[in-house]
Amino acid sequence: MRRRELLSAIALLALAAPSLQAAETVRIADVIELSGNGATVGNMWKNAVEMAVEEINAAGGILGRSIEITHFDTQSNPGVSRAAVQKALDLDPYVVLGPIYSSSTKVNMQLTRQAGVPQIVGSEASVITEMGNPFIFRTSLSQAASMPKLANYIRDGIGAKSVAVLWVNNDFGRGGRDAFVAEMEKRGIKVVADISSEVGQSDFAADVVKIKQAAPDAAFVYLHEEESARFLREARKQGLDVPLIGETTLLNQKVIELAGEAANGVRGHVGLSADAPLPSIAAFRDKFVARYDTTPDHNAIKGYLAVYTVKEITERIGGFDRKAFADALHCTTITLEQEPGILIETSWDDKGDVDRVSFLAEVVDGKQKIVDTLPPLGVTCN
Amino acid sequence: MGNVLQLLLAGLATGAIYALAAAGFALLWQTARTINFAQGEFVMLPAFFVLAGTEWLGLPLGLAILLALVLALLVLGLLFKRAIVDPLLPQGVLPVVIATIAVGILLKESVKEFYSAEAQPFPSLVAGGTLHLAGAVLSLQDIAVLLVAGLAILAMQLFLTRTRLGRMMQATAQNPEVALVLGIPTRRMVLYTFLLNAALVTLASILISPVYLAKFDNGETLGLIAFIAAIVGGFNQIRGAIAGGFLVGVVDNFGAAYLSSDYRTGILLLLLIAVILLRPHGLWGRAEERTV
Repeated sequence: MRRRELLSAIALLALAAPSLQAAETVRIADVIELSGNGATVGNMWKNAVEMAVEEINAAGGILGRSIEITHFDTQSNPGVSRAAVQKALDLDPYVVLGPIYSSSTKVNMQLTRQAGVPQIVGSEASVITEMGNPFIFRTSLSQAASMPKLANYIRDGIGAKSVAVLWVNNDFGRGGRDAFVAEMEKRGIKVVADISSEVGQSDFAADVVKIKQAAPDAAFVYLHEEESARFLREARKQGLDVPLIGETTLLNQKVIELAGEAANGVRGHVGLSADAPLPSIAAFRDKFVARYDTTPDHNAIKGYLAVYTVKEITERIGGFDRKAFADALHCTTITLEQEPGILIETSWDDKGDVDRVSFLAEVVDGKQKIVDTLPPLGVTCN
Repeated sequence: MGNVLQLLLAGLATGAIYALAAAGFALLWQTARTINFAQGEFVMLPAFFVLAGTEWLGLPLGLAILLALVLALLVLGLLFKRAIVDPLLPQGVLPVVIATIAVGILLKESVKEFYSAEAQPFPSLVAGGTLHLAGAVLSLQDIAVLLVAGLAILAMQLFLTRTRLGRMMQATAQNPEVALVLGIPTRRMVLYTFLLNAALVTLASILISPVYLAKFDNGETLGLIAFIAAIVGGFNQIRGAIAGGFLVGVVDNFGAAYLSSDYRTGILLLLLIAVILLRPHGLWGRAEERTV
């Protein structure tokens, strides 16, 4: 009889064990580009997310609960990303992180919205936060915030009167191109060549010749990282002698690594940079290099601060309520004093857009060099 | 004028690489009735053999390229023939075609799994630089690619037409039964064709990767364009496939520059459709003829 009771007790304990374990963890889903054209950026994000999760778990987790992170590969494909988010939601996550590609975010954010799960993304296309989704949040400046800063630099720093625009034909590229051209028009700078290219394009010979033909004062290059590197190699190969200006996707560390010396001389605006003159970023960079033996790019910073954003906001609301989380992340600021893991003081507006300082940079001797720090634009909250 | 010259050179340089891959397509079809839909992945793989040699084994670039060539001959030549083509060919062309599609997926996923899903920088054999000629700024790298690929194509053509071994391969392609009766070891000739294809794709890989970067999915585009080149030029003529490669490279560049960069692949596909409709055996191919 005693033996049967003992066995029953063991069986009950075994049944209860998973729920006991579940009570001690909080599940976060990371839906990210681990293969396909976005693998370069997605793996940076994923590695930084892993690093942040381990740090937080080692320090006792969030409100005493360890983070259980599950990664899903979007294959850099919007359709697959939607299926991946659905799969992630089946796990009932507290928050969804990623993806980075705007085309993917645009098609999968409706799922998290319907499920009422906050989604913190690395995407930059303006359209993402213009759809009235109360559960979507960025980790980097939107195109609408960064293009005015870049346009001022082209006018005042470069002194250009005409520009060529080379952009990737997807939501990210089209959004950036539209925002950039509008800013050029406002400043009376003529767009003399408007060249679109395809995601994953390998051959940029014709695009370089088109830029040469237009003979602009500067060329604005708005492609994904791998394509940026291929373009820079082709531009160097053909001796393109025009200042090449870009955003973070042209100046980031991975592009410099892939393009080699062809990246030297590239200039532009970066929202986040591992070379930013801030002790918190330098410390993050050192940790990342020590762990992965590679220099982090802006996507790594985005992934890292996304996890710490979850930690800080959850601790502020004192529980794991998704709706309260989304409400608390609107019209708020996280300072370094409040949460050092945020790396750089960041504010969110009422749409989920981010505001913070940003930087002007150029590539010198295979390294990104920050030449100026630009102030935040200021958050608007209705 | 300068820009036209520049586009022409860039198109010919890329076209020369397509020609190497397209010639391989035609070679395998002519001698072994094998349409190799993994040809794009065959071009992608040797670059990773080189990178594995330099980064994992610490070899200098020259030795790593030699190692890549040996591995390509073994894996993409010998093993591909013995393990895939030989057992399936008696079942007909279709099973081989499907098997090569599977091989392509296997190679792509293997590189992704065991090396990296990310693009990798690949060293260039030629230092950068430009040459100013008739108002055009010509890339020395393009000139070198064109020269190397052109010499390789010329050497292959001389080998196939002027040497005894090459003529034996021709005979095997034209009529294997009669060739066998005449004492030509046809099985060995077919094996040589596979090895020649492996050498061609290795060269194509080393020439194209410095600009395209080495990436596991590079073969998708390369395979498609090389296939279009082979059809446009003439699948049953090595010379046709080579000319098709050059033509496709030039049309692609001029189409992207002067018609539409959005529809650059579409322009090639239109060319393909036009050739299939108007000259089904290709621009330089001949109806009902098999020759290498």
